[in-house]
Amino acid sequence: MRHLISPLDLSVTELADILNLAEDIIRDPAKYSECCHGKKLATLFYEPSTRTRLSFEAAMLNLGGSVLGFSSADSSSASKGESVADTIRVISGYADICAMRHPKEGAPLVASMYSEIPVINAGDGGHNHPTQTLTDLLTIKNLKGRLDHLTIGLCGDLKFGRTVHSLINAMVRYPEISFVLISPDELKLPTYIREGVLDKNQIPYKEVRSLEEVLPELDLLYMTRVQKERFFNEEDYIRLKDTYILDAKKMALAKEDMLVLHPLPRVNEIATEVDSDPRAAYFKQAKYGVYARMALIMTLLGVHVD
Amino acid sequence: MLNIGGLTEGVVLDHIKAGGSMAIYNYLNLEKLDCSVAIIKNACSNKMGKKDIIKIEGIPELDLDMIAVLDPTVTINIIRNGKIAEKRSLRFPMTVTGIIKCKNPRCITSVETALPHTFKLADPEKGIYRCMYCEQAFKRN
Repeated sequence: MRHLISPLDLSVTELADILNLAEDIIRDPAKYSECCHGKKLATLFYEPSTRTRLSFEAAMLNLGGSVLGFSSADSSSASKGESVADTIRVISGYADICAMRHPKEGAPLVASMYSEIPVINAGDGGHNHPTQTLTDLLTIKNLKGRLDHLTIGLCGDLKFGRTVHSLINAMVRYPEISFVLISPDELKLPTYIREGVLDKNQIPYKEVRSLEEVLPELDLLYMTRVQKERFFNEEDYIRLKDTYILDAKKMALAKEDMLVLHPLPRVNEIATEVDSDPRAAYFKQAKYGVYARMALIMTLLGVHVD
Repeated sequence: MLNIGGLTEGVVLDHIKAGGSMAIYNYLNLEKLDCSVAIIKNACSNKMGKKDIIKIEGIPELDLDMIAVLDPTVTINIIRNGKIAEKRSLRFPMTVTGIIKCKNPRCITSVETALPHTFKLADPEKGIYRCMYCEQAFKRN
């Protein structure tokens, strides 16, 4: 039985297979509309999420399956002190596959150790978010036409931004990738990613504080939100939340074919005036997320369509 | 310098970071041994300035490799007939459970206390261990 806990659980070949399947789903969604009939997806969301949870639910419904679950820890037995291990053992009897979001890092890994059904990590604290990575890769592949030879700017909260960590882990496996890390000193990429992933794989990167000075060299700009829920100290959050705001003036510095991605939700880090720019890809990205999750669910359930 | 009698047969754990001997003493459960055990704290060291030393009489069965997780600077000398018969180098074990604890407040182990604290060797050269759940590196004191 396969789980998806870290973006590195999938080899480059397996990733390519999932992305190819997602592209076929985009081309002919009707072909897949009943392939998971009778299968149930449990969405175990211990912290609030709109996009990811609804994206998973839409994915399963699009495949003809059904969904059940909870959308906050308060409405689950976690509020009574039940462990993740016990919860997943029970849910294994109710559903065929599950997607888990949890504020504590490593919770989906614990679930996978006790589960009898495939577990998908739908985000664990500031750690990993592999289905966002699948979404990002599908978006980049479709809109840029390739996953190699890219200079990728990562901007904002690189310390707690799990989508950034997962994307780096996934992208370093493709040729000729380089990164520009744009963040305030307090939100720099953690050492274990910088040394353990970038240095270890000899990936070119530079760390800067100014977005403007590096915009002209980027093929992709991945914006992130400074996440209030990751701070223990509200003063730090307030001081850092407005560090980077992408607006039309800054976009004028970027390449004509640069893509702007964002895992959403945004607060104010991308001005709404950028939404009409053809390079703004974040709403398309959210739509690709459903296709990526459809392909992933089919793969983990071992469902094939001829 | 304080003089502790030499060993005829025994184990000397040398170059323990000053102040770290009790953690190793506790981990090895040396209080359960029947033999003499000497703990020397803050001994002078040319290399380290100050160091701790543990001397154990006799050669009991001990899982010494795990000491590398707590303090990779430790050297181990096996004494026979009053002389150093063997200098044993420490090897970093690949996986460590129940010896060190994850201190990341965002880790699942911070709320689910029944979970075993398991670390994996992430960098064999530097001896860096990462929590298997949250991947936070263990920081030695």
